Amino acid sequence: MTLSVSIAHSMENFTLNAGFTAPPGLTVLFGRSGSGKTTLINAVSGLLTPQSGRIAVGEHVLFDSSQGINLPPHRRRLGYIFQEGRLFPHLTVRQNLSYGRWFAPKSAPRESLDKVIEMLGVGSLLSRRPAQLSGGEKQRVAIGRALLAAPRMILADEPLAALDEPRKAEILPYFERLRDEVEIPILYVSHSATEVARLATTIVVLDDGHTTHQGSAAEVLGDPEISPAGVRSIGAFLTASVAVHHDDGLTELDAGGTPLFLPRIPQAPGDTVRIRIAAHDVILARRKPEGLSALNTLMGTINAVRPGSGPGAIVSLDTPAGRVLARITRRSAAALELAPGVPCYAVVKTVSIAPRNISGPAVSS
Amino acid sequence: MSWLGPEEWQAVALSLKVAFWAVALSLPFGLLTAHALARWEFPGKQILNGIVHLPLILPPVVTGYLLLLTFGTQGPIGGALQTIGITFAFRWTGAALAAAVMAFPLMVRAMRLSIEAVDPKLEQAAATLGASRLWVFLTITLPMILPGILAGAILAFAKAMGEFGATITFVSNIPGQTQTLPSAVYAFLQVPGGEDSAMRLVIVSVIIAMSALLLSEMIAQRIAKRVAGT
Repeated sequence: MTLSVSIAHSMENFTLNAGFTAPPGLTVLFGRSGSGKTTLINAVSGLLTPQSGRIAVGEHVLFDSSQGINLPPHRRRLGYIFQEGRLFPHLTVRQNLSYGRWFAPKSAPRESLDKVIEMLGVGSLLSRRPAQLSGGEKQRVAIGRALLAAPRMILADEPLAALDEPRKAEILPYFERLRDEVEIPILYVSHSATEVARLATTIVVLDDGHTTHQGSAAEVLGDPEISPAGVRSIGAFLTASVAVHHDDGLTELDAGGTPLFLPRIPQAPGDTVRIRIAAHDVILARRKPEGLSALNTLMGTINAVRPGSGPGAIVSLDTPAGRVLARITRRSAAALELAPGVPCYAVVKTVSIAPRNISGPAVSS
Repeated sequence: MSWLGPEEWQAVALSLKVAFWAVALSLPFGLLTAHALARWEFPGKQILNGIVHLPLILPPVVTGYLLLLTFGTQGPIGGALQTIGITFAFRWTGAALAAAVMAFPLMVRAMRLSIEAVDPKLEQAAATLGASRLWVFLTITLPMILPGILAGAILAFAKAMGEFGATITFVSNIPGQTQTLPSAVYAFLQVPGGEDSAMRLVIVSVIIAMSALLLSEMIAQRIAKRVAGT
């Protein structure tokens, strides 16, 4: 099922004029705060009625201003995971989880309660009430509650934003499992580059109320023209397979024939992983560097050089491993005579690839 | 309670009956009004708010007289109701109506506060999970405002038990018909040698009021504990 959205909505000092389609998989609605992400996802959920446009999931029209269709939220059957969880305080975890099941049509394809409880690891919490849960546990229950309502689609509005870093790391894998194990499309609002890199199959970029880009995660993140969340978070991500674990604590990946070394990851040889390489961790060289401590060198051809408004520039480089982005100074770009078509080497320090930038198949410990 | 004389016992029983029906029948209207004032935006909201609170600020005698004018046998509503067999004037039903009107603002205020304390975001969440507005109210809002409903009902009950001015103006002070507990205390104090009866009724009155309060505190605490989930 595919979500297609095309709506216009004006508020006091903000105009939303957005259109996109979210194919099966996990679509991240990406943009800085104030870009209209939450307004857009609320319009999809029915909590906000846009002034005009059309919203449909597959063949089910949820909203169509020209035909006067506007389904109320409870008839849209979209599981919504909110930033603050919004668990019902007077119900137990089990009752929270089952709440939506009660209202779902008997014919709707539904996940089994046991499977979801197992998948989210909430089996020991079932008789507790939300006040007795940690932030991370609450959010796991919220995921389960949305999933068990037998939704046509799952919406998530910055579900990790209210959590601290360790809790984020705790919840991220559950969204990966949701994406990989459940056949329900997910629309996920975020302004975190880490979350985008780990979770997205499709990215929709929203800027000041307008959808500016849409494409697969690799396309959008590898395009220096798009800097939806500011230069600090720019980074490319590469898909690679685990080649071998070395005895000195390193894991060697095979990225399109190029070896990449990074700190030991738990995935087994043969597994496919996605790694995010932040643009500010990449050094460029015109000649093959020698005598360097950095282990990863990727040879490629410059695809584009985009000067920023400050002293920096973003260079994108096509390598056999995929597109890599580098953030360097404009002075360096000029000194090295970097331009599209110029061959170049990208150097990445092994230790700069942090575990939170790596995603792969869930690992059972 | 053999130490209560038959006339005294009659007054106590009548008061309990009047207060019970006054609260039971005004509860749904009170809840609806509280919900409307807390959650809905509509023209004339402030006027409704004013009318609801009027019995609280008017002298009870005035309220009683206005009830007599509208619900008396000659009144526009009272006359119409009489043709279908419902009479308020000088009946215990009239005492219940007077008590309900006087207690209404207290009931609505308590309920309104508890409804306003429910986070609408929880109700939205329930809606996205497939609950219609009615189900959202029944499964989310209602359980969370139960302490407020209870507080409102107890407060209204206590007020109804003690209502005097509007009742005596509207339905007079007829033993066995409209002589509620406060009216009886008043009547006993008017006759020589009635002090003992009055004192017994005062004691009963204090006991009923205190038990109502304690009971409501107990239930409210239990519910609040459940709602807070600790």
